[in-house]
Amino acid sequence: SCPLSTRCCAPSGAGPAMNCRAEVLEVSVEGRQVEEAMLAVLHTVLLHRSTGKFHYKKEGTYSIGTVGTQDVDCDFIDFAYVRVSSEELDRALRKAVGEFKDALRSSGSDGMGQISLEFYQKKKSRWPFSDECIPWELWTIKVNVVNLANEQERQICREKVGEKLCEKIINIVEVMNRHEYLPKMPTQSEVDNVFDTSLKDVQPYLYKISYQITDSLGTSVTTTMRRLIKDTLAL
Amino acid sequence: AMDTDLSSQDRKDLDKFIKFFALKTVQVIVQARLGEKICTRSSSSPTGSDWFNLAIKDIPEVTHEAKKALAGQLPAVGRSMCVEISLKTSEGDSMELEIWCLEMNEKCDKEIKVSYTVYNRLSLLLKSLLAITRVTPAYRLSRKQGHEYVILYRIYFGEVQLSGLGEGFQTVRVGTVGTPVGTITLSCAYRINLAFMSTRQFERTPPIMGIIIDHFVDRPYPSSSPMHPCNYRAGEDNGAVYPSVEDSQEVCTTSFSTSPPSQCVFTVTKAHFQTPPPVVTDTLKVPVMGLAFSHQLSSSRLSYQPAALGVGSADLGYPVLFAGGLNAAHPHQLIGPGKEGGVPPVPSQPAHGTQADQERMCTPVDGVHYSAATPSSSEDTETVSNSSEGKCGSPHDLLETIFIRKVGAFVNKPINQVTMANLDIPFAMFAPKNVELEDNDPMVNPPESPETESPLQGSLHSEGSSGSSTGNTHDDFVMIDFKPAFSKDDILPMDLGTFYREFQNPPQLSSLSIDIGAQSMAEDLDSLPEKLAVHEKNVKEFDAFVETLQ
Repeated sequence: SCPLSTRCCAPSGAGPAMNCRAEVLEVSVEGRQVEEAMLAVLHTVLLHRSTGKFHYKKEGTYSIGTVGTQDVDCDFIDFAYVRVSSEELDRALRKAVGEFKDALRSSGSDGMGQISLEFYQKKKSRWPFSDECIPWELWTIKVNVVNLANEQERQICREKVGEKLCEKIINIVEVMNRHEYLPKMPTQSEVDNVFDTSLKDVQPYLYKISYQITDSLGTSVTTTMRRLIKDTLAL
Repeated sequence: AMDTDLSSQDRKDLDKFIKFFALKTVQVIVQARLGEKICTRSSSSPTGSDWFNLAIKDIPEVTHEAKKALAGQLPAVGRSMCVEISLKTSEGDSMELEIWCLEMNEKCDKEIKVSYTVYNRLSLLLKSLLAITRVTPAYRLSRKQGHEYVILYRIYFGEVQLSGLGEGFQTVRVGTVGTPVGTITLSCAYRINLAFMSTRQFERTPPIMGIIIDHFVDRPYPSSSPMHPCNYRAGEDNGAVYPSVEDSQEVCTTSFSTSPPSQCVFTVTKAHFQTPPPVVTDTLKVPVMGLAFSHQLSSSRLSYQPAALGVGSADLGYPVLFAGGLNAAHPHQLIGPGKEGGVPPVPSQPAHGTQADQERMCTPVDGVHYSAATPSSSEDTETVSNSSEGKCGSPHDLLETIFIRKVGAFVNKPINQVTMANLDIPFAMFAPKNVELEDNDPMVNPPESPETESPLQGSLHSEGSSGSSTGNTHDDFVMIDFKPAFSKDDILPMDLGTFYREFQNPPQLSSLSIDIGAQSMAEDLDSLPEKLAVHEKNVKEFDAFVETLQ
């Protein structure tokens, strides 16, 4: 399952139309792997979409702070990834992923949903119009939660999901390497329209995380089995 | 046009960026193979030394090695900077795992702003490198290094050499950055050919042909480029003084003596560096400093050649890698050597044709040729053909194969006297510990031989032989001591007749053997009635389900 790269026009009416590129990743995981898998993908994207803190100087120039990184080992997946060293950012992501996982769990046994990470720019409008949010990059991770019967299957799942995540990381890096549209580096007055300056140690592009849970389907044998078999084939 | 030429300031900046980018690239790669988790802090107030706005530590020795390799030059077309990552066991066997290449091509982007865009894209590329270094197979290997193996790095500058990675290596691109003087490309070629021969095959057939050095490359650059351990411990005190090695300007010859196992005789151009003892001791703290093979040595590989020399050695690569090593079909599935105290079950589906190869090995060798034949090309069809470039092609190097007789092979003594550790197989220590009893050893008690007569058998033993090959041919056989022409062989000190006798009764296909096959079969049979009952109950649902799949 390679990421789909499509272009769609920005939804906003005012202002020049802008391309928002959309990338879709799909993973099939066991329930307890959802959080780590989501965090791995989101952190990898944000690693590439965060800079050091800007410090504007007199003549309109600015200097950039330093971004530290750290390795994270997964407990339920044979996998490790690198994230930005920012506890605030990590907390924010964990909160969003935790909510997603809870929503998935409470939706029923079928466990299908998607979590989206959208990077946007703010466009200030005059009163009485409110500011617009214009997305420029959208990452969607489709999640399919599988239920496994025994320990041996779980062990295989640990390894397979680890392999899949390695592929996803490579896919993400491929997209990042295309050097496509990025918002222009803002002046001091515009910086909050492009970057999230609320964190104390790093500065990611403005982003929002949202999620959707697919309507749970019937829990008949046929549906579950079909999905399991398709998942196995996909894995 | 003049205005698109690079200003001298821009040129200077660009050169500086590329130089520091190269140095940081090396740091990221080596640090990712240290076997430890890396953690650096973000800092909102910029310090002057954080190149590319990333907190990447500089290990002094690594910077020193990188600068030495670059020797004041920058990556340019045809002059790439390569970081080679390899694995070395405590017995001294080594193998290349990855080559990270920082290359420059001619595609220029004249419009791009050096001080701004190029710099930021280089920063992005380093982030990508941080991410990618964790997803290649060597990462997991490096996290488990210490007791039985270490991970080494070597930096060289010049032409990329991928031949040491085995057939079917994969490449992953980290990224590219266009500059006015060319496009910088960063990629990694990594070995996937780490297939572990199934334990069954290893137990039953101890190395028949011995160890073959199947690849020997004369590195074009005479200057030494030593290997270094990645798990560098910054200690000044290096401990023992190591024996010096004699100088040699010539191509390095590697030969392996039969005892003690895997002792390499190697030469280095100049003994700047100390050569450590080949054994990694138990204490993790021992700094395995300066594992200084000349790069000629580092290119030689050991591989276990099966009986049927027609088989492309490339497919089998490192058969006896380590117990629970990387399986080619599951490159990221890693079971630590010695961790579980045994060997995990081999997955039932064939891994890149090794299963098929393994079965090939059990079939009789028709004709008794065991000379260094080049493998037939048909055998190579199973190779995962991902190695499009840089394939030196080990099949062609088979002309240089050397056969070495090993203790345990050809010797008609109970195998429990010969422990695996004595066998001069690379990575033998990782082989399964449970050694077969004498009774099951086909070398001692060959199983029933097949019905078909090989034509050679008739011709060799025309007098006084029973003629048929059924039954216990050992006893029926009257051996005539005759010396066939050309049979004298210094390397394998046995005559043609003895060889033929030894090998005319190959071990049975393991899948046909009762004791191993029967166990799982019995289990399967037991559970069948139960399963059938369940399925019968749900037959309607299953029919409907099959419908939906159509």
